[in-house]
Amino acid sequence: MSLRRTLLTALRILRQLRHDPRTVGLLLAVPSALVGLLAWSLVNRPGSFDAVGPRLLGIFPLTVMFLVTSVTTLRERTNGTLERLLTMPLEKAEFIGGYAAAFGLIALLQSLLVSTLSYTWYGLAHQGVPWRISAVALCAGLLGTAFGLALSALATSEFQAVQFMPAFILPQLLLCGLLVPLAALPTALRSVADVLPMTAAVRAIAPLQTDAYYFEQFAVMIGYIVVALGVGAATLRRRSK
Amino acid sequence: MAHSGAIEASQLRVVRQHNEILKSLNFRLEEGELVGLLGPSGSGKTTLMRALLGVQAITSGSATVLGERVGSAGLRRRVGYMAQGSAIYLDLTVRENLRYFAGVLGVALSRVDHCLEVVDMHPLAGRLVSSLSGGERSRVSLAVALLGDPALLILDEPTVGLDPVLRRDLWATFADLVAAGTTVLVSSHVMDEAARCGRLLLLREGRLLFDDTPAALKERLHSESFDEAFVRLIEETP
Repeated sequence: MSLRRTLLTALRILRQLRHDPRTVGLLLAVPSALVGLLAWSLVNRPGSFDAVGPRLLGIFPLTVMFLVTSVTTLRERTNGTLERLLTMPLEKAEFIGGYAAAFGLIALLQSLLVSTLSYTWYGLAHQGVPWRISAVALCAGLLGTAFGLALSALATSEFQAVQFMPAFILPQLLLCGLLVPLAALPTALRSVADVLPMTAAVRAIAPLQTDAYYFEQFAVMIGYIVVALGVGAATLRRRSK
Repeated sequence: MAHSGAIEASQLRVVRQHNEILKSLNFRLEEGELVGLLGPSGSGKTTLMRALLGVQAITSGSATVLGERVGSAGLRRRVGYMAQGSAIYLDLTVRENLRYFAGVLGVALSRVDHCLEVVDMHPLAGRLVSSLSGGERSRVSLAVALLGDPALLILDEPTVGLDPVLRRDLWATFADLVAAGTTVLVSSHVMDEAARCGRLLLLREGRLLFDDTPAALKERLHSESFDEAFVRLIEETP
């Protein structure tokens, strides 16, 4: 695997985004605006935003980056550029690594913006370490990117790719502990919820836990990112049947 | 070991979803030839080209390209490919596209300007590809195929949708490349383009109907035009 070709691929993806300022604007503004909307809607219920807001910092980047990555890579699969690249000396890992690096950078900017706004303008008072919230938001964005890369192989049109979002994201949203506390879930659902990536993101933001607990949640997220990137690379076929 | 030529196919068969797309093809192309792969749409031209590139799995038989098995990693720097769709990034400029592919191939950036000049796209290098016409996009795609200075160029219908002047210029470019030692395999469904090739492969329903020079085709079938020759060829084939 060549670092040079991976970085060239990441730069190429960022250049494509630069020619599409509206997409970049949406990527950066939408999660921040949604969290701001939540803060505003809870303004008459003191303490509520402090409880719910941080969890959304793990959920929004995952959702947004999943959608963007699955559509972008599907486009690359269907317009012939992926096939062209695979007839050239580009390794699959370099292609996947390029996407992870480029969208990881976007996820980083997104997470910095949304957590900075939360702590300042939106008035978040969270009993946790600010950098940890940014780190969770970044991991959540990378999770979305990694799963988007893997699942785009299952879609044959952008229409299908968009519909993977409710199929992949919404069940995790229902089970991640946001709507129903994990302890209140039926046993079977609880055991599923325990291993979902979004649950790990939400748990990693919870205040007042031991360092070992946080370490475990980050390990789960990073494990999912690595596995999903590996699956994504495996779905790239140089040779079609 | 005997010299293996630019492309050698032996009983090459491709079956896709229970359809036999290529039916036991045998042919051998020498290096430095300008070869026209002609046939109606649906005859298997694209499948044959993709099989030679190694991106389409071969069901049985074998094929070698430049002395190596198709799909081997060493060929990725030696074969240039232009697909039927333009296969370039619409949301990048012409130059940004070429610079990225040049980086992947590991060739000097000076190749970018050279290849843009060959296809006469230098004046539009700063334009976004999405703002270009179909003919301009296929010229950019051809420039990408030329970047690695390949020993073999595989071009899938490169002249579709081009005006007659551009088409003539492109064929002149192919002739120049061949004169410089490149082997060029060009597909087309326009029979009149046969005249510009040194060698013809005629494909119909996955079978090779003819493999010789354009002059031999006309002579054998006593035809004035290539369209007429092709029709006669089909009629006399059982």
